[in-house]
Amino acid sequence: MKEFIIKEFKQIFRDYRTMTILFGIPIAQVLLFGFALTMDLKNVHFAVLDLAKDEHSRKIIDKMDASDYFIFDRYLSSFDEIETVFKEGIVKEVIVFEPNFSQILTKENSAQLQIIADASDPNVANILVNYTQAIITNYQQNLFADNPLGKMVRPEPMFKYNPALKSVYMFVPGIITVILLLVSAMMTSISIAREKELGTMEVLLVSPIKPIQIIVGKVIPYMVLSFLNFVIILLLSFLVFDMPSSGNMPLLLAETFLYIFMSLALGIFISTVSSSQQTAMMLSMFALLLPTILLSGFIFPIKNMPDILIWISHIMPSKWFIIIIKGIMLKGAGLMDVWFETLIILAQTIFFIILSIKKFKIRLT
Amino acid sequence: MGNHFAGHRRLFYGTNAQDMKTVVTVKNLVKKFGNFVANDNLNFEVYGGEIFGFLGANGAGKTTTIKILCGLSVPTSGEITVAGFDVYKQREEIKKNIGYMSQKFSLYDDLTIQENIRFYGGIYGLSNEAIKAKTSQYMETLDLYDYAKSRVLDLPLGIKQKLAFSVAVMHEPQIVFLDEPTSGVDPITRRQFWDMINAEAEKGTTVFVTTHYMDEAEYCHRISIMVDGRIDALDSPDELKQQFEVDSIEEVFIQLARTATRA
Repeated sequence: MKEFIIKEFKQIFRDYRTMTILFGIPIAQVLLFGFALTMDLKNVHFAVLDLAKDEHSRKIIDKMDASDYFIFDRYLSSFDEIETVFKEGIVKEVIVFEPNFSQILTKENSAQLQIIADASDPNVANILVNYTQAIITNYQQNLFADNPLGKMVRPEPMFKYNPALKSVYMFVPGIITVILLLVSAMMTSISIAREKELGTMEVLLVSPIKPIQIIVGKVIPYMVLSFLNFVIILLLSFLVFDMPSSGNMPLLLAETFLYIFMSLALGIFISTVSSSQQTAMMLSMFALLLPTILLSGFIFPIKNMPDILIWISHIMPSKWFIIIIKGIMLKGAGLMDVWFETLIILAQTIFFIILSIKKFKIRLT
Repeated sequence: MGNHFAGHRRLFYGTNAQDMKTVVTVKNLVKKFGNFVANDNLNFEVYGGEIFGFLGANGAGKTTTIKILCGLSVPTSGEITVAGFDVYKQREEIKKNIGYMSQKFSLYDDLTIQENIRFYGGIYGLSNEAIKAKTSQYMETLDLYDYAKSRVLDLPLGIKQKLAFSVAVMHEPQIVFLDEPTSGVDPITRRQFWDMINAEAEKGTTVFVTTHYMDEAEYCHRISIMVDGRIDALDSPDELKQQFEVDSIEEVFIQLARTATRA
């Protein structure tokens, strides 16, 4: 068994492709999602058709320009130019002030201003309009702060657990979930399938080494590597992205350990039903990776899915792990808060182990 | 070619039959997969130090029999012992006393020669000293010094094959099963490989070999020919040729294979 584990480590470290997948992809993904593929918008260019050109319209423009989200691009001189400026593609939003904006605002308390957003990307447009509205509301509130006429209900929204609405908070748990499943399940299933394909599995089965020793020998190296991976992603998220690290660390590690174990059991199960590396790869990619990304709530909210997909998402271990890991990392949840999800993953682990053992026995007779 | 090993063969048959140990005993072996009868009442024995050729067309049932003898598959019925152990109850004991080499060579391509020897030695429970001794022995006898640091992937096919055979007998098993060990190898290398097999048999290791090359069948002490899951012929190559009144084992084989009803 010791020999087996040594051999397995040697093979993994020698295969630069495996090493790239193991460590390159997680790091690249965290950095990509953290810096590049973020849904937070910054420095979006906006143009203004200012038919008023008075005090308040200028102040509002200055306030927007001063925020991190917007950069003032230029003044437009006619409505026709709005179309042109959007077609150029750099400006994503145009603000139109009605004539005599300041006068109407101070006298009638309800001046009009139009926000026109480029909705060829609807998500971006939506976010931009929300930012703009927030800035203008804020301006208005300051303006009427000491004016009795301006008294109104002022809702104060507070985004708990992620006050700055950073999308990296959402991506880190998601990436951890996907990567651990990928590394554990796909790598083990491919490595077992490779032994079958090359004929070495036959020799191992003829030798005195027991099947259980083969499996444990296969699993231990990947368990160690998956755990190392988890630690790297976690450190990256703490050090580079300032994720809160207030959660219960021992619980997080224990839950991760359980999830890795589940993924390994799944990987062994995949390998028992596939005879070649190619099949193992295909099964892991299409039956595992895609549903994990799409149906786990990593990117797309499960609540908005049709009923049938919601049901399918219930059998995805990743869905439950994302709930657990978000709970612990962001909300500081304890075991009492995530016991139900933990139980589900535990049940799935046992299910896959039993299934694999049955499959293995059938192979022997 | 037959002459090359003639001396050896005489030596084998010169030994007293009573001294010969039975290494494999197969009585009434039947293996069914559903309605399909893969092995139909096989009876044969393999003696210690013998090179036993196991011939048959593809699909005749050879692989099924080898799997049963190696403990990879359980027979439907019959009494079978390998190396003195029962295939139903003592499979773990059998595994310690047999060697196995498949046509795929069963070495790890991405490990070096020494790492492969170390790994398989470890799996068979050889001590560190024994593994070291075997390693230097193989480096010497197979003349592997040029390849000491190379991975198996970079070895010529012939060397890979000889190394695979050496690794298969490293733990000094009573019997070694060779499943088409020479497929895809050039004639000179095949010849050298058979020299190794003979040397191993002379040391007392029993060799159980399947092959599609009929000239190799001539090198065996005894051969059996399977047709449709049965053993239709079992004797020394010379006896079989006389019996069928032909000049080569190839002709014996073709005569028997023609009677097959299974594709």
